[in-house]
Amino acid sequence: MRVALFLTCVNDTLYPETGRAVVKLLTRLGVEVDFPMAQTCCGQAHYNTGYRHEAEPLARHFSDVFGKYEAIVTPSGSCGAMVRELYPRMGERARAEGRGDTLAATLAPVVPKTYELTEFLVDVLGVTDVGAYYPHTVTYHPTCHGLRGLGLGERPRQLLRAVRGLELVELPGADECCGFGGTFALKNSDVSAAMGADKVRNAESTGAEVLCAADNSCLMHIGGTMTRLRTGMRPVHIAEILASTEEEPTA
Amino acid sequence: MSGTFVGMPAFPKAAHEAVGNQTLRANLRHATHTIRAKRANAVAEVSDWAELREAGKRIKDHTLRHLDRYLVQLEESVTAAGGIVHWAADADEANRIVAGLVKETGESEVVKVKSMATQEIGLNEALEAEGIRAYETDLAELIVQLGKDRPSHILVPAIHRNRGEIREIFAREMSEWGRPAPEGLTDTPAELADAARLHLREKFLRAKVGVSGANFMVAETGTLVVVESEGNGRMCLTLPETLISVVGIEKIVPTWRDLEVFLQTLPRSSTAERMNPYTSTWTGTTDGDGPRTFHLVLLDNGRTDTLADEVGRQALRCIRCSACLNVCPVYERAGGHAYGSVYPGPIGAILSPQLRGTGSEIDASLPYASSLCGACYEVCPVAIDIPEVLVHLRERVVQGGPVTREGNKVVLKPAKGHGAERAAMRAARWAFSRPGALRAGQRLASRTRRLHPRTLPGPGKAWSASRDLPALPAEPFRDWWQRTNGGTGDEGTAK
Repeated sequence: MRVALFLTCVNDTLYPETGRAVVKLLTRLGVEVDFPMAQTCCGQAHYNTGYRHEAEPLARHFSDVFGKYEAIVTPSGSCGAMVRELYPRMGERARAEGRGDTLAATLAPVVPKTYELTEFLVDVLGVTDVGAYYPHTVTYHPTCHGLRGLGLGERPRQLLRAVRGLELVELPGADECCGFGGTFALKNSDVSAAMGADKVRNAESTGAEVLCAADNSCLMHIGGTMTRLRTGMRPVHIAEILASTEEEPTA
Repeated sequence: MSGTFVGMPAFPKAAHEAVGNQTLRANLRHATHTIRAKRANAVAEVSDWAELREAGKRIKDHTLRHLDRYLVQLEESVTAAGGIVHWAADADEANRIVAGLVKETGESEVVKVKSMATQEIGLNEALEAEGIRAYETDLAELIVQLGKDRPSHILVPAIHRNRGEIREIFAREMSEWGRPAPEGLTDTPAELADAARLHLREKFLRAKVGVSGANFMVAETGTLVVVESEGNGRMCLTLPETLISVVGIEKIVPTWRDLEVFLQTLPRSSTAERMNPYTSTWTGTTDGDGPRTFHLVLLDNGRTDTLADEVGRQALRCIRCSACLNVCPVYERAGGHAYGSVYPGPIGAILSPQLRGTGSEIDASLPYASSLCGACYEVCPVAIDIPEVLVHLRERVVQGGPVTREGNKVVLKPAKGHGAERAAMRAARWAFSRPGALRAGQRLASRTRRLHPRTLPGPGKAWSASRDLPALPAEPFRDWWQRTNGGTGDEGTAK
């Protein structure tokens, strides 16, 4: 099977190790990965901040770049939710504004083919044990868009439980938002920081070495709070844990 | 809406104060987490919750779609049952009508059932200006009124107060308003409740005029419904000679049968009770039973304008259960006052800027008072997609666009203060539309990464005040991909 990796602009620029881990993991599972070089950004930051008209060309660009692939895999719950949940809505809004079906028709092909990484592993490949080895205590934070947007449910935990050497400890208040929220972190930084600090304190109470999530944007906020609060915990993307083996530890 | 909240600072500034107040944070956290857990249990008991939620959504949507017809039907039913219907386009008109009706009775005081609609229009203050004293009889509203405070929560207006603070307020203020607090009052819940009971009983037995809102109005029979936990509402609805109910026009349900849905979803969502301890219904007037005169004031106050917006109108489905407040991580930290409206929390963040427009600083900031985590949508018993409406209203703030105000179609200009952000969004869109430009930017950032400061200037300061920045990698992913031919070639190290 051949898939397109939609890495997201944040991962491409700031977290290339997550991209390398996804490539390694999928290749190990027999999936052929392509990285379309023309990819940029899904437009989520624009859309969620109120700039829907600025997000439209980015969504069209996304469809142009990814439309021809059988499946599109992304290691980001929120960018995945943008394509799956909000692209159809952008199409509907354009229609309601009397601009016809063009946008909806352009975006429609990519919507059902876009999968968040853990969803792709469990639902499409049908695996929960990916042959990983990661000898650390880990707590899992289900990010809001993964949890409520895409409904990832138990999939990430199933994958983590099958990792050899990994001890999974439950995070108190796991379902609560970490306070990132894209531009929310800047526009309401006091509340965002308070939410982040509470999330980090909850994580610390588990005694885990690593806090893992399926979205680097949330991890950037949580990780930045962790180092500021000097916790000694590390934020790690789930792809890096799943890619890690005894021979080649990645994280 | 109420003049009470005019001049509120924008949400981030108001929230800043609240976040720093440790007592407030602890009170809010304790209360919201307690109600949240109870609600989850109460909802989990019902096997057909998803169906009930869908039914509630459909009934409300159907009613709103045919609101013109149901309002006329309601007016006919209420009139036929001996009630008198008044129509109020805005807060001022509603206040004028109520004050006039009270004066006609010759009375100068009224007892009140807890009501969001009368809070919304600032009725108590308007009556005060006409020399009429309004006594709140709901325990939490009483605490807020005696404390010269503002409600902080839809269901639990005094959620931000703890027992010690309530004891202080009772001991200090009750004598000003009627029967003083007992000597040596302690902060045990039973003693506090008893003090309130004695203080209020005097009001119930004396008042000739009652003022209420309603949770529902049944169009087919002209019946109004109030659900409550304390029983004070029923006292106000049955003892006075004149009853005046001020109700938002969106509170209609077509038939009694429709109530079966909401009488299940509302109590479980709000107080985590299986059924409301008191469910009172009244239909016009009946000889020898209850008030001899009944007035219904139907309140618009921005509702028809809200109804004209096809994305935002779903906010009018709200049954004021406040479940969204109790799960909202932003409300939990900022508290209700920061929202600058009687409707705080996620529902307030979408309702107030629609009812009042986005013209003021506070209303333009409310659509941003959310991380879009979606917890509010998940718990909403009438499935209001609050994140969707928040984003829709953000669009209205930053891009402007067509809206309906006071029945007229107008085109809003973008709000002030978003110029730099708009420019940044456009620049980002420009770069993201050109993979080459994005790549050049990434490379420049990577090559200069040792020069990057640990704290950011400008708007980025808000980030680095409380969080460290991630270290920039030596090369972006796309360069690695190209250099190693998709990871199949020599890994080497980045130059």
